[in-house]
Parts: sequence; C-alpha cells; structure tokens
Amino acid sequence: MLKGRAFKFGDSISTDHIIPGRFAHLRSNLPELAKHVLEDADPTFASRVKEGDFVVAGNNFGLGSSREHAPLVIKMAGVKAILAKSVARIFFRNAINMGLPVLICDTDTISDGDELEIDLAVGTVRDVTSGNQFTFGKIPEAMLRILDEGGLIPYIQKYGDFKL
Amino acid sequence: MGKTLAEKILSKKSGSDAKAGDIVIAGVDLVFVQDTTGPLTVRQFQASGFKGLANPQKTALFIDHAAPSPNNGLSNDHLLLRQFAQQTGAIISDVGGGVCHQIVVESLAKPGDVIVGADSHTVTAGGLGAFATGMGSSDVAVVFGLGKTWFRVPESFRIVLSGNFQKGVCAKDLVLHLIGQIGADGATYKALEFGGDSVGAMPVSQRFTIANMAVEAGAKVGLFPADETTRNYLAEQGRGEHYQPVFPDADAIYEQTFNIDVANLEPTISQPHTVDNTAPVRELKGTKIQQVFIGTCTNGRLEDLEIAANILKGKKCHPQTRLVVTPASRQVLVGALKAGYIQSLIEAGAAILPPGCGPCLGLHQGVLGDGEACLSTSNRNFKGRMGNPEAFVYLGSPATAAATALAGEITDPREVV
Repeated sequence: MLKGRAFKFGDSISTDHIIPGRFAHLRSNLPELAKHVLEDADPTFASRVKEGDFVVAGNNFGLGSSREHAPLVIKMAGVKAILAKSVARIFFRNAINMGLPVLICDTDTISDGDELEIDLAVGTVRDVTSGNQFTFGKIPEAMLRILDEGGLIPYIQKYGDFKL
Repeated sequence: MGKTLAEKILSKKSGSDAKAGDIVIAGVDLVFVQDTTGPLTVRQFQASGFKGLANPQKTALFIDHAAPSPNNGLSNDHLLLRQFAQQTGAIISDVGGGVCHQIVVESLAKPGDVIVGADSHTVTAGGLGAFATGMGSSDVAVVFGLGKTWFRVPESFRIVLSGNFQKGVCAKDLVLHLIGQIGADGATYKALEFGGDSVGAMPVSQRFTIANMAVEAGAKVGLFPADETTRNYLAEQGRGEHYQPVFPDADAIYEQTFNIDVANLEPTISQPHTVDNTAPVRELKGTKIQQVFIGTCTNGRLEDLEIAANILKGKKCHPQTRLVVTPASRQVLVGALKAGYIQSLIEAGAAILPPGCGPCLGLHQGVLGDGEACLSTSNRNFKGRMGNPEAFVYLGSPATAAATALAGEITDPREVV
C-alpha cells in the first residue's frame, strides 16, 4: 500500500515543464538537475514534495521529448506514482522503464493536497480526504514485468534479454 | 486481411504476422542518440552489463543539440560520447555535422527499416517509409546491446491528401492544421499513415516536415509510402541501392480515415503554449515578433531556406526583428551557399548559425528575453521551450517566418509571394 499527498497539475504538462531544456547542462549531474523538477509547472513543487507523495495530472501528461530525465527526476523527488487521465506514449514507457508506476484514472475529483492510499496489486486508489475510491486501468502485462523488476535496466540485468 | 504500413514493416522485422495491438520483438536497423540523451544511454548501457554493441555500424551518436558546446557540463557530455564511439566503433557525427534526423534521412535510413532514436523527432525518417520512433535512454541502451526491442503494433489512422497547395501554403501548414484538428493527444499510440493523390508529387523534404510532427499529435510514427519520389531522393543522395518499394495493402484496416483537400488550406500557425492551439496566420496579423527562427529537423532543409531566401532577397528584415537561420545539416549549408540563399539571407540581416538544433530547445544561440515572442519554423512551443518561461513561441512555415521577419509582425506569406 502506497500512502502520500497529491500534488495536482492540469492538462498538457510537457517534458519541458518537467525538466526544461535550459538545464541540459545538468543532465550528467542528476542531484542538481532534480532540484528543478516540474519547475515550469509549479516553481514550489521541488521544495514541498516529500518521499511517498504522488503527482496527479489531467490529460496527456509528459507530452513532448523523449528525455528519460523527466520521469527520472520525478522519481528522484520521492514520488511513488503518477496518476493521470492520459499520458503521452514515450513518457509512459520511460516511466515504467524507471520503475515509476503510471496509473490511468479519472483524476478530476482529486484535489491538491489530498491524502491518497494506492493499492497497486488490487488496482484501487482511495482518496482519504474526500472519501472517494476508484480504480485505475491495468498496466499492460509486458510493461508490468519490467515494472516488477524495478525498471528496464534491472530487468535486463536479470534476464539478459526480453522475456515478454 | 491486408496490412497497414506499420503492420507490414513490423511483421517483416519481427518474423511474425503482426497485427495492430500485438506485442512484437523486432530487429532494429538503425539506433541513435543525441548529446542530451546519449550520456544517460551510455551509462544505462554500461549498467546493463553489455560487453559491446550488437551492431556498431548501425549505431550512431550525434552531437547536435548543443553544438558547439555552450558550457563545460555539455562539453563533458560530448567527451563521453566521443570516448564511447572510440571504444565501441559506433558512428559519430560531431559539431557542424547537423541535426541527427536530417543526417539520418540523408545518409542512413532506408525504406522498410525499423529505426529507434533517443529523440522524439526520430519519426522524421517515416518520410522515407521507415518505421522510425523515439524512445528513452534506457530503451535505446538495450537496443545498443541487443539490436532489437519490443513494440506494441500501433493501430493506424489514414490521412488521405488530395489537391494542390495554394501559393504560399506548404506541408508545415498542413501538419499544423492536422494537429489542430485532432489535438496534441489525438493520435496517442497510433501510426499516422499518409496517402492520396497529393502524396506522389510531394517532395521528400515536405514528407519529412509532416512525419517529423506526427509526434506532436502523440503518434508513434508518421509513415509515407516509399515510391518513385523516394527512389529519386535516395539516388540523389548517392544511395539508390537502398531503395525498396513500401506500400500499404489496398485492403488494410485503419482505425480512422481523415480526408484533407490541401487546396482548402491556408497559412497556419500554432500559438503559445501548445502545438494544437492553431489559427490561420491572417487572424494573428499585427502580433509583434522580436525573433524569427528558421531551421530545425522540421524546416531547416534546402527547400525551406530557398523559400525564405526568395522572399527576403534584396529586402531587409524589420529593424525590431532579429532573424536567426540554422541549416539542418552540413549538406544543406553547402547547398544553400552554392545556390546563393545564404548570401540573400545574410544581406537581409540574418544571423547564420552552424548546422545543428540551434535555439529550438532553449539551450543556447537565441534564448528569448522576458515577454519576447519568436516565430519559429520548429515543432514545439511549450512554455519555456526556447529557454525562458516568460517568453512566447509561435510555430509557422518558412514562408510565414520570412514574411514575418520583413514586417516585424506576424504576416500571411500570401501578401509577399
């Protein structure tokens, strides 16, 4: 069971919002890079987020570039899952490859700061603050196997090849 | 049952009867990274325990996003890529070579290939009939080591193009119009497959512009058939032997079909801060623009510079508007020099930057000031994209860009062509 606070974002949060190109010189210095996570969407996010919290967004989260640094810095901030109404294709695959669950569900009723409890195995989200409970879409099986190993690199370290 | 282009290519490369929705493992004909995604790829490759590259001659590293380097952080990333190339035998394209996607279509991509790049605009090579898509550094690191990857075979949207463009209207206007119609997530996980009467005569440069922006509608690939026009392009590039015809089956199944009569299109623009926030250029007439940028993997080709040079020849840019031009590759720069386009652009007041990504993604070479607006021929206008979240980016065609540079405000190019 995952427990944490919701940080609510709107629609169309791009990888440029998550980690802007102007910080490309920090991509080989991940602790410094991570200080700028989601800076162009909410400049206060990096200082407020705590281990165990969740990013909750609207439609098409993570659109834009292929930069894997985007899910990576969100994970480094301590975020345990991303909840969104929909998510861009490359970001989705990158997040799973980083071992960061992306849960597709109707996030409209979740408010900023709500306390959430997520049961990944059962597939439910309970909003403790509002009392609402809902389910999220199944992560495709091929990706679940990668997620279960903690990401693509641990998966390849273990199996040496794709065992989908 | 017939197959779409996506199903055909992935069937062949996976050795299976691939249908939309299937998960397949396919061999990769070309894999590449650029300088902002490559260093993480190298580290993930090393962490995976691979002993060497599966196919050094099919693995390429491009130094293009920050070339030449603006600071020591990126310089050290470039060093890492150069060392990796030396150790592994991978192909490397260094400072001055140009944008990865342009070099890929000039020199490396073949019709029917599966191509994976650690850059979302890898889709550009779909203009040659290659199943080309962007992935993150870890996925690409595994392709470096294994020479293959997994795909979910996408459902396809067929985009049927008919008619001829009006004067002053081009492929960029078409693709912006399409994204405005279906939305920035309208084709998420899908293949966009282009066909119809207008495609046969469409030069590959325009096909690349359209395929390049497929990802801005969320698509996995943007595919064109490989036809006589493709054959001629490859022959001009000195690699006619790389041609093979690639067409969808007549009875292929498409999830949706869109018909566009291109004669009805007018110059189109994307307004800040999303690509699908489109409008006819004429509706934005009068919007002041401080910087015009012509270049990128979307519109930095010889044909694009030709359009701009023809509009600007013998004239001067507006005194309150800077014009920055970045040829997409060394080949494009040499061609533009020989044809006199560079001279025309310089005499009109342009600053010519070396081949590469230029100011597109806000790293260097034209970062905007607070409150400034740029009309760019690139593919993204997200908040902060050109280095400043307090600035505004409009996307348009090379003709719209040149007309706007003259007037100092957004201008419909039909007024000047």
